[in-house]
Amino acid sequence: MSRLTPQNEAIALEIISRYPRKKSALIPLLHLAQEQDGYVSDDAMRHLAELVEVTPAEVIGTCSFYEMFKREPVGTYLVNICTNIACQLLGAEELLHHAEHALGIKAGNTTSDGLFTIEDVECIAACTEAPCLTVNYRYFYKVDGGDFDAIVEDLRSGRQPTRKAAETGPDGHIPPHGTLALQRQHIPADRVAGNADPDSAPAPAWLEQP
Amino acid sequence: MTAPIVQLVSSRFQYPDSFTLARSEATGGYQGLRKALTMTPTAVHDEVKAATLLGRGGAGFPAGVKWGFTPPGVWPRYLVVNGDESEPGTYKDRLLMERDPHQLIEGCLIACYAAGLSQCFLYIRGEMALAQTRVAVALNDAYAAGYVGRNVLGSNFSVDIVLHWGAGAYIVGEETALIESLEGNRGMPRLKPPFFPAAIGLYGKPTIVNNVETLSNLGGIIVRGSEEYKQYGSETSPGTRMFAVSGHVRRPGVYEVQHGVTTFRELLYDDQFCGGIRDGNQLKAFIPGGGSSPWFFEEQLDLPLEARPVGGAGSMLGSGAIVVMDDTTDAVKACLRVVRFYARESCGKCTPCREGTSWLETILQRIFDGHGRPSDIDMLLDVGDNISPGPYPAASWEAEGLAAVPFPPKQTTICPLGPSAVAPVVSAIRRFRPEFEAKIRRRAIGIPVRVEESTHV
Amino acid sequence: MSDTTDTPPKTTVSVQINGHAIEAQPGELVIEAAERAGVHIPRFCYHPRMRPVGMCRMCLVDIDAGGRGAMLQPSCMVPVSEGMVVDTESERTRKAQDGVLEFLLINHPLDCPVCDKGGECPLQDNTIAFGPGESRFVEEKRHYEKPIPISDLVFLDRERCILCDRCTRFAKEVAGDPLIHFQGRGARTEVNTFPDEPFSSYFSGNTVQICPVGALTSSSYRFKARPWDLTEVESTCTGCSVGCSVTLQSSRNRLLRSMGVDNDAVNWGWLCDRGRFGVEAVNSEARLSEPSVGGRPARWADALRKAAELIADAVRASGPIGVGVIGGARLTNESAYAWAKLAKSVIGTDNVDAQLGDGLPAQFVLGLPRATIAEACAPKGTIVLLGTDPKETLGVLFLRLRHAVVESGATLVEVGHGAGGMSKLAKHRFWSSPGGSLVDAARQALAVLPAGQPVTVVLGRSSVTEDPAVLAEAAMVFAEAGARFLPALSRGNVMGALDMGLAPGLLPGRVELEAGRSFFTSAWGSVPSGPGVDTAAMLQAAADGKLAVLVLLGANPLDDFPDRALVQRAFDRAAVIAVDTFANPSVATATVVLPAAAHGEVDGTTTNIEGRILPLHQGVTPPGTARPDWIIATELATRLGADLGFESAAQIWDEIEAVASSHAGLDRAVLDATRDGTIAAGLGGGARPAVVGMPTASPASQVPLDEASLRLVVRRKMYDGATGTANSTSLAGLPGDNDVRLHPLDFQGLSIQEGDLVTVVSDWGSISLPAFADPGVVRGTVTVLANVRGATVNHLLSSSNPVTDVRLEVSR
Repeated sequence: MSRLTPQNEAIALEIISRYPRKKSALIPLLHLAQEQDGYVSDDAMRHLAELVEVTPAEVIGTCSFYEMFKREPVGTYLVNICTNIACQLLGAEELLHHAEHALGIKAGNTTSDGLFTIEDVECIAACTEAPCLTVNYRYFYKVDGGDFDAIVEDLRSGRQPTRKAAETGPDGHIPPHGTLALQRQHIPADRVAGNADPDSAPAPAWLEQP
Repeated sequence: MTAPIVQLVSSRFQYPDSFTLARSEATGGYQGLRKALTMTPTAVHDEVKAATLLGRGGAGFPAGVKWGFTPPGVWPRYLVVNGDESEPGTYKDRLLMERDPHQLIEGCLIACYAAGLSQCFLYIRGEMALAQTRVAVALNDAYAAGYVGRNVLGSNFSVDIVLHWGAGAYIVGEETALIESLEGNRGMPRLKPPFFPAAIGLYGKPTIVNNVETLSNLGGIIVRGSEEYKQYGSETSPGTRMFAVSGHVRRPGVYEVQHGVTTFRELLYDDQFCGGIRDGNQLKAFIPGGGSSPWFFEEQLDLPLEARPVGGAGSMLGSGAIVVMDDTTDAVKACLRVVRFYARESCGKCTPCREGTSWLETILQRIFDGHGRPSDIDMLLDVGDNISPGPYPAASWEAEGLAAVPFPPKQTTICPLGPSAVAPVVSAIRRFRPEFEAKIRRRAIGIPVRVEESTHV
Repeated sequence: MSDTTDTPPKTTVSVQINGHAIEAQPGELVIEAAERAGVHIPRFCYHPRMRPVGMCRMCLVDIDAGGRGAMLQPSCMVPVSEGMVVDTESERTRKAQDGVLEFLLINHPLDCPVCDKGGECPLQDNTIAFGPGESRFVEEKRHYEKPIPISDLVFLDRERCILCDRCTRFAKEVAGDPLIHFQGRGARTEVNTFPDEPFSSYFSGNTVQICPVGALTSSSYRFKARPWDLTEVESTCTGCSVGCSVTLQSSRNRLLRSMGVDNDAVNWGWLCDRGRFGVEAVNSEARLSEPSVGGRPARWADALRKAAELIADAVRASGPIGVGVIGGARLTNESAYAWAKLAKSVIGTDNVDAQLGDGLPAQFVLGLPRATIAEACAPKGTIVLLGTDPKETLGVLFLRLRHAVVESGATLVEVGHGAGGMSKLAKHRFWSSPGGSLVDAARQALAVLPAGQPVTVVLGRSSVTEDPAVLAEAAMVFAEAGARFLPALSRGNVMGALDMGLAPGLLPGRVELEAGRSFFTSAWGSVPSGPGVDTAAMLQAAADGKLAVLVLLGANPLDDFPDRALVQRAFDRAAVIAVDTFANPSVATATVVLPAAAHGEVDGTTTNIEGRILPLHQGVTPPGTARPDWIIATELATRLGADLGFESAAQIWDEIEAVASSHAGLDRAVLDATRDGTIAAGLGGGARPAVVGMPTASPASQVPLDEASLRLVVRRKMYDGATGTANSTSLAGLPGDNDVRLHPLDFQGLSIQEGDLVTVVSDWGSISLPAFADPGVVRGTVTVLANVRGATVNHLLSSSNPVTDVRLEVSR
């Protein structure tokens, strides 16, 4: 859809400044583009290519390797249902089938109102709370069909779903697809130690020199 | 007798505000760093070496020794924190990052100080939004409090910790793939040799890659001293380990247990831990160290939770992930699901893994769907042999007179992902071959497929 | 091996391969050591000119380096070590090879009967030699849209791709154009471009050549032939003066393909696309195939008689200086020699110039101490680009220089008139406007060169609007500091033509006229009585009526000479005899046209920028009655009553070896003994005259910038209106349109939008072009492209002025 907005470009430059090599910032910047538009557009990739000084082909090479990056719009809520072994043993496939029937779409697709996308995903590191799912990467534990319906209903009605929401919580709300951390790292100028340039950084000052 | 519960890295989990700087400082946070700064870097390094802190990411290599592998006089050196936890069944690093980010940050600082690492990159798995938020806030607070950045606590020790996050690719948990990803590339593993990170890592410079749980132990080790640390766990595997036990147990959960002295039986059956198999069912099999590890069975329950004996018995302790299957489990289906994971997560760099894992999935799906052919079972093993040649690691099985083949497996691939897909295949066929045969036979006699049947041994 | 190989280290490494003890070089990879020992290990991803990646796993063999015992390891990643035992035939190795091939064939379509690669396909060959008898894979293969164009020249069939990373590595590592990339992951990985951004690299054809399957095919060769239908000859590309080794492949007397051959001294197997696909022009329908006189087809006898008459009449009227010969850089060394002998001995004129006013003085170039490409690219060395942009003019030299900078730690310093294809790689850049300040830039550059490192200057004249005297003075700054030179004059065999004496004041062997007078008088019978003039002066003389006959030897001054008006005036008065392969605009004005055989149709030799003599071989016969240039020279000589004294290209070479100081000792046996070519570096001595010596510095005139004007810089692009490009089907569409570029601050002053039309006005003409801001342009200058569509720059130029100042008029 679009290049980064001026505000996001400023964030991008701050992120880039934290790495000795610009291209290292590429994955965080792709997230930033996805946070802005809900997906990663071709124009955004071109913009990122300029910012980190690589070709657009190199950007798409990286982008397309990682499944979190969507190169086409997805639903406002990306529902990732884990069906890996620990969840499968406790009914994840049944949960996925329920979800597909409830929303009327197969995994990998988006509801016609653009609200929900379901994906059949691999382990999301909540194995002891199986079966589990995430909505825009916010966890819900030990989810059954009824729980799923309640979560969907809450989201449809604009309420934050609480049923089976993880104990440490989605911090109260689920932002639209693309937003991950709700806070960014910011290193104050007077506290920056500085990048270690791979070509010229000296031995660390705190080591005793032989 | 089960060793008593000791909480070394999960001690703050009891507090609702465990992730805040205030709670951390109120409960001994950054005391390890303060103490380390009064010592020489060499002394800190020696202390960690003396503690025999084994890496908690999977390979189980002693962290102190690993730090020593950097070539002398080559600068800069980097620290890369592997927080890309994604091994099926593994769920501990996310908790450590969400609930005690300052403990991890303190560990990073101690590692950088001791090993002369000039910049730290803290790589968190992309899907872990809460962990990213908590670590970002913790870092901002730690910077403001003078723990991180220029002149840490007024000393001449200066290091930045850069929060970085991934975007969904299991293979990035492999250390050289993690480095590729951190360089902004596709997370495809490099060849070792020559690309051992300690020598040629991030930007081609010496790089230490440590797991979140490993680093989370450092503050405590420095505060307590290696002698006290070694009172916990076994002589060769001191301290504690976090284990996530999932699947068909009464009380699945993440448990911190003493390393090397607790047994699988105790963890799975003791009431203070998982409390036994659900619904009074029988154990069918369990995955002892994450999806990549060959399966264990009843016979291996009394092995201690320690890398060496588990490796000798044909599997690995891996990343502290135990998945328990009871006797209602369809071995073919479980095997297919684990194989599908590796097929989907293969990076595609080397031929045997790229083509072999998806072929294994295809054959297994065919068998599961009732279209299997009698030759398929041996073909699965032979395709597996082309990914991982020679006898594949497997548990001993006295009933059939089979001896254990020790871990790790051999491989035609660049990294262990390909062989990981062979683990469930060899494990399930070796032990539950009749279940595979039954699914194939049903097709031959024309009976509808997709039966949930298991053949007991 | 070649003269550039280092002396072998004293210590070797003892390795056992399949039971045989061999000595390998320290650091050598097992796959290479085995190859030298006669053991071929199959491979797909490994390519000796790129970094090994160990991905395809085809080269896994049992390696026991002590310690952990024998293990399957990728032989392309493991260097030899003392006492290592390698077994490429073990049961385990065979099973692994068989397994890898079976895996590769899972998703590889069995469309070999319709695949261009069939018959020369490593996947086919390895499967037959090492692979499974049959596949156990019964499911559906991976499907993609069948071949998609990824550029104007290359098609990609992703179904056939085995993801070996060769093309993508080449694009990034070698060409520096990472426009194709792996995309997706795992079994769905594919190679592709960014949407709507094609793989428009000057070097894209190399990916087709190194693809180990039929995934990449060239639009030029698709479905044209089968390997077993092809006949091939080893030859040398003459698309420019780098001298890349090639094999020319033909079928049924049509030249179908030029493939790079790994010449360690020159091209490392690479070709640029202009060279690779430019051979198509040989087959062009537009080739001249019959002589003509006065625009009407004629018999050779009549055309030659007419040409001889014109020459004889001119000599009668004004003496030998009434005849001028322009061109010759297209010719083989042998033909150049024959024409030099015809002009300077039979006709007696020294008005001979292989350059078209767009090069550098011949004596100057030949007198500078020469470097080899390998010396220029030595690890940690220093390379100075002086007035040249190798990426646009000498493609494969660019690849070698780029490799030296990116992989071998060489330092690149750029001295020129603005950004070029290597600016981003340069550690220091000194840009100036034409008219004298380049000499100061050179002095500044000299001051920053790393001390104690050998310096090679790549010297060219990308911009015809810079005074050659300024470039010469700037070059002397480095020459006096001990630098060596690679002359970046780009026409195919321009260096050979100069060596053979196709320049005013020179005789064959890099010998000046006076120095060689007595030697050549006895060898040839006579030499010109005094020095002749260069192309500019010849054209002026013709325009003034003092020169009656101009022989164009593969030259097109109307498009190439930097003063179109002067060429037109010259052609209006002088009779033109054109010896050429194509009817270009200049040929169209000729009274007599003699069709010549082209590259691929003649035997002989060519000489590259290093002075390296490289072989040319005939693969196909010329069209119609076209014949080699040297035969045309001998026949003209006959009609002028002389006998040049040779009846074959080989005989000519023998004579060159016998008379040329620089080529002494290079007899045919010596040439045949080397695969990489032989440097001509003789200095004369004995009976032979001395070659031209090191030039001396002389100050060029400074032309101060005029506040009101902008100074014109002319840039060259890889693809322009050159004959070879225009007549090659694949390349004809590639030249872009012309434009005018200004520094952004100068552009702001115009108050126009990017792309708006402006009129560039000089004292001699004007052209209208779209204007763009470009930070790579020096302030106070404007750049336009030479010889491309849109507008011809030489309308703006006058050969009487060393620099050209222009003003821009904005039409509102």
